[in-house]
Amino acid sequence: MIRVATITSSITCGVLLVALAGCEFGPKAIEQTGYRGTGGDQIIAKKRLIAQPIPAPPYDLPADGGPTAAQTYQNVKVAGAMSAERFNHLMASMNQWVAPQTGDPTKVGCNYCHNPENMASDEKYTKVVARRMLQMTLNINANWSSHVKATGVTCYTCHRGYAVPRNVWARADAPGEPTRIMGNKHGQDTPTPTTGYASLPYDSFSSYLGANGNIRVAGKTPLRTAPAGASIARTEKTYGLMVHMSSALNVNCTFCHNTDSFGSWSNSRPQRVTAWYGIRMVRNVNEAYIGSLTSVFPANRKGPHGDVYKVNCTTCHQGLNKPLGGVSMLKDYPYLAKPTLAPAVVPATPTAPRAAPTTTAAVAPGAAAVGTVGGN
Amino acid sequence: MASYQNIFTQVQLRAAPEMGPPMAPGNFARTNAGGFSYLLGKIGNAQIGPIYLGWLGVFSLVFGLIAFEIIGLNMLASVNWSPVQFVRQLFWLSLEPPAPKYGFSPFVPLADGGWFILTGMFFSASVLLWWLRTYRRAVALGMGTHVSWAFLSAIWLMLVLGFIRPMLMGSWSEAVPYGIFPHLDWTAAFSIRYGNLFYNPFHALSIAFLYGSTLLFAMHGATILAVGRYGGEREIEQITDRGTASERAALFWRWTMGFNATMESIHRWAWWFAVLTTLTGGIGILLTGTVVDNWYLWAQQHGYAPAYPSTGVVDPATLPGAPQ
Repeated sequence: MIRVATITSSITCGVLLVALAGCEFGPKAIEQTGYRGTGGDQIIAKKRLIAQPIPAPPYDLPADGGPTAAQTYQNVKVAGAMSAERFNHLMASMNQWVAPQTGDPTKVGCNYCHNPENMASDEKYTKVVARRMLQMTLNINANWSSHVKATGVTCYTCHRGYAVPRNVWARADAPGEPTRIMGNKHGQDTPTPTTGYASLPYDSFSSYLGANGNIRVAGKTPLRTAPAGASIARTEKTYGLMVHMSSALNVNCTFCHNTDSFGSWSNSRPQRVTAWYGIRMVRNVNEAYIGSLTSVFPANRKGPHGDVYKVNCTTCHQGLNKPLGGVSMLKDYPYLAKPTLAPAVVPATPTAPRAAPTTTAAVAPGAAAVGTVGGN
Repeated sequence: MASYQNIFTQVQLRAAPEMGPPMAPGNFARTNAGGFSYLLGKIGNAQIGPIYLGWLGVFSLVFGLIAFEIIGLNMLASVNWSPVQFVRQLFWLSLEPPAPKYGFSPFVPLADGGWFILTGMFFSASVLLWWLRTYRRAVALGMGTHVSWAFLSAIWLMLVLGFIRPMLMGSWSEAVPYGIFPHLDWTAAFSIRYGNLFYNPFHALSIAFLYGSTLLFAMHGATILAVGRYGGEREIEQITDRGTASERAALFWRWTMGFNATMESIHRWAWWFAVLTTLTGGIGILLTGTVVDNWYLWAQQHGYAPAYPSTGVVDPATLPGAPQ
């Protein structure tokens, strides 16, 4: 009887331990990505890698040429240099990518942005927003290839058929100091998916994606030097942002970092450079494009504390380290990658590096072999 | 027929409770005995009490209760006094230290972390009074004071984490929050901020002693249980005789690994391993941030950490024309 009891309780404890440890069952994709012995690897539950299908274009891309959009239509401020045929193709695509298709007939399809009586009118706020977002898309494809590479983005990268992308953020707490005597959470200690259900600060976005807060916290010198470095409170905020990036891409910390020293660049993988540019790109998007629409958006399109909904890593990535599985949509919509459609809004960082040369400079020769250094 | 008692076969006596030797005059009296517990008798002595509380015990419990209440009520307030949410979110809830802007000022508004400082005062007072109590009770029984000094080693680590290091850093915000997940997040953030605590040699020592403690505990516990059938738990009375549980236990280890601790020395081993775990741990925490800012770089500098081949990745912020 004692033996039976021992075996039973051992099995129960084992099952409980597995359950408490959050073991994820099912097949895993395992890949060594770093030098042997450094724990540089990726272990991903395959069921998490959900395919992100791409819709077919509304119709075949018309040939370039003919009268331009500006010659054909009125009030075309951004895409006026395009051919009218291709402009129509873009409008049809945007309709399919973004505009609601069911509901009040005055608010679906083309009518989501346009007044059907006067297509040129800017009376609907959605049209003003769409124009700025088109500028943003062109800006990303022209100036942020350090992050989006040659894949580029379209409206669909974020919108996925929804008028408002499903993964957005706004300020979590009201501005100012809390006034209650007890129970100040200091902006943390709340189970939320933003921090992967840790108790870390849940609004790192305001500091790091909505503003240019300094993310780096690790000590720069072996011994302490004046002035004192980052506090633990700020470190936790950075940690919260990193958890967001990890869950947005469904990757481990070691996708970018070598955990023997998170701060060290010479130990990191090239993906960290891509992510670094991504953070700057998101800041640019949030400040220069989305933030500038604050007065345009109605109250029901703003967060609980009056700021517009902004983007973070999940907005595009949605669980894959390459949004839409890394498939470029630009081949079907080449006009979105055309530098001739210069964005009207000057990016917050006018010297934003062009992709290819910068990336090459940031990754010295030999780095490409990192994945195979200890692979065999 | 010889028989031996273990946790499964324990015979529980029921008689007038053992009240202990009489108290010296002028002492706080012990309480009355609280009776017998069958279930506790399965894992230890079935008699409950008497307990000697004394002024130290009373104030320790009162201060401890105040600290416990401040923490608990702040947690409850943070979920808008909802008992259901208190239970659901308990592992996430916390009493947080003041923000960095308050430095090490003792005058922080209650809402912004004043409660944390008060809790630290009451909790430290409670623990230190309890420490004094363990010392005084040991002396009263004519024992050595080993328990007190081992306890003090743990208190040292606690005070380093919650008071001494924040004081040297000049900021309450460096202290560990009173919460289950929050203190774990603090630990991870602490390591990330200071360049990986695994390269802190005192952290390494602390881990070695911690794991060593569990190893010694397992070896000693297993040895004594294994010779329980010969009365091995009655250690001292057997030391000089042949064929006893004690001799078998000693021979087992000498034959297994060529060396055996003695009945006395195994406890000294265990005591030092346990004490050094928190003693070295406290030193490691105390040096972090006050002296050493990045343990990884420190370890590289001292040839203590291996250098891996560079991946060739360069900090993009150092490139000309980089965005901020």
